[in-house]
Amino acid sequence: MSKLHDRSGANQADQPGRDERYQIQIRGLHKTFGVQHVLRGIDLDIERGRINIVIGGSGQGKSVLMKHLMGLLKPDAGQILVDGQDIVPLRDVALGVLRRKFGMVFQYAALFDSLNVVENIAFPLIERYSLPRDEIMTRVRDLLTRLDLGHVAGIEQKFPAELSGGQRKRVGLARALIDRPEILLYDEPTTGLDPVATKNVDDMILRASRDFGVTSVVISHDMASTFRIADTVSMLYDGKILVTGPPAELINAPYPPLQEFISMAGLSRETIGGEGAPG
Amino acid sequence: MSSASVGTEERRQPLSAGRVAELMGAPVRGLFGYFGDHALLLLRSFTWLFRRPFRLRLFLEQMEFVGVGSLPIILLVGFFSGAVSAQQTIRALSLFGQERFVGATVGLSLALELAPVFTALMITARAGSGMATELGSMRITEQIDALSTFAVDPIQYLITPRVVASIIMMPIMTMVFNGIGLFGAYLYSIYLKQVDLGAFIEYFRYMTDPSDYFQGAVKAAVFGASLSVAACYQGFNVRGGAKEVGLATTRAVVAGSVSVLVLDYFLSDMLSTFFPYQA
Repeated sequence: MSKLHDRSGANQADQPGRDERYQIQIRGLHKTFGVQHVLRGIDLDIERGRINIVIGGSGQGKSVLMKHLMGLLKPDAGQILVDGQDIVPLRDVALGVLRRKFGMVFQYAALFDSLNVVENIAFPLIERYSLPRDEIMTRVRDLLTRLDLGHVAGIEQKFPAELSGGQRKRVGLARALIDRPEILLYDEPTTGLDPVATKNVDDMILRASRDFGVTSVVISHDMASTFRIADTVSMLYDGKILVTGPPAELINAPYPPLQEFISMAGLSRETIGGEGAPG
Repeated sequence: MSSASVGTEERRQPLSAGRVAELMGAPVRGLFGYFGDHALLLLRSFTWLFRRPFRLRLFLEQMEFVGVGSLPIILLVGFFSGAVSAQQTIRALSLFGQERFVGATVGLSLALELAPVFTALMITARAGSGMATELGSMRITEQIDALSTFAVDPIQYLITPRVVASIIMMPIMTMVFNGIGLFGAYLYSIYLKQVDLGAFIEYFRYMTDPSDYFQGAVKAAVFGASLSVAACYQGFNVRGGAKEVGLATTRAVVAGSVSVLVLDYFLSDMLSTFFPYQA
């Protein structure tokens, strides 16, 4: 039986029942900026402990959707349930508590220019807790080692401007992971990277998911990366989720926007080697 | 009927009273909105001053940036402003043979007007532009969004320290300007124009009063609030890319400088009521 879920005609009034498989459930999400109706009724389930990738073209509202997940933007209508709790009505203090569940890796890492690598990674711990300096340093060094940054000479005292693109992404991931979040959000993590660095970032996302057991939500338009690492792929099109399913099944899915996206990325059933591939 | 004639008829329709009021009211609404946004930002930055956590390091860093960092330019401009004031004052007083009043005249001008206004303009150009550029860059590289993801309020973390540091450091730098300006006037008057040293000092002591310096300090503190809020507002609300950061910096310097000169008029008027001049 196909595991694909056609979301294009989903009933926006559906009230989601609590399903432990899903850590985040979004129903009927709408967002308008001025006259621009960006999100037009998003329905999406994010699977716990897996890599969930949302694909879509530029300007489709992927980053807007991502910012809603952490409560950085308020929707005009709809529900966002995180572990069964609707976060839309939450105010500042409650949102602050909720955000401890999340880590976010920004498109260009968004490291603080004025802080060095250690200060950047330790930032969430320093802001949230009164931990001894030794414990903070132990956790920072452990993460640097696990993310293959421990061997870089003098990395701890370097400032973001002194790091390569790939190193910045990994420091950004370390900062997102330091407070042991349950959910990691990645905003177009491979944008602007060469193929080798892209592969390294893919490995980093896989390792973060495997080693730390986090739920990963990746916003991307990099189809090669998507089909390499995703457990579940959802396509955002025209302000709605068009289809959701495992990558191997999406390759055959009869949705013209999706097929156009796949073919324009130069991918085929053969190159992806999914279950649906012939032969 | 052609579409062209329809358009002509539409243009000929008389404007309704509501539409006229709307058209005329738009700039007024915009102006009030502009000042309202600034006032709100100032209020919010003060509100956050009294809420935990208190990050003393951020305040000290900004005080160093606004004050110590501006010291060289304040010393340079202060010295030559005092000297050139003495030059012009002696030129005018020599018509009556009253050059001995130069110390008193320059001292009063510096205390009440030149020192607070010139210091504010220098700090707007140096520190205000720096604040707008830094905050604008942080906005477009998502560093401000990153702060929010760690449940850190960007206004408390970024704006409150800058506004408070400007309010504290402006009066101090104004006093430095007073001192160095008077020294410039002293050197020019005594060594180049052979004004009597005793008369220079005696008339300065007789004509100036601590309340003159107090008025200058009050003005300086208000200018500090005004220039820093203008700079932070422009930088914090940047949307777009590097070009917008540049434009925001320009707007910050223009808005800061204009606000200083406009406020100076009203503050002079108000302070002269509280501190009437007594010979």
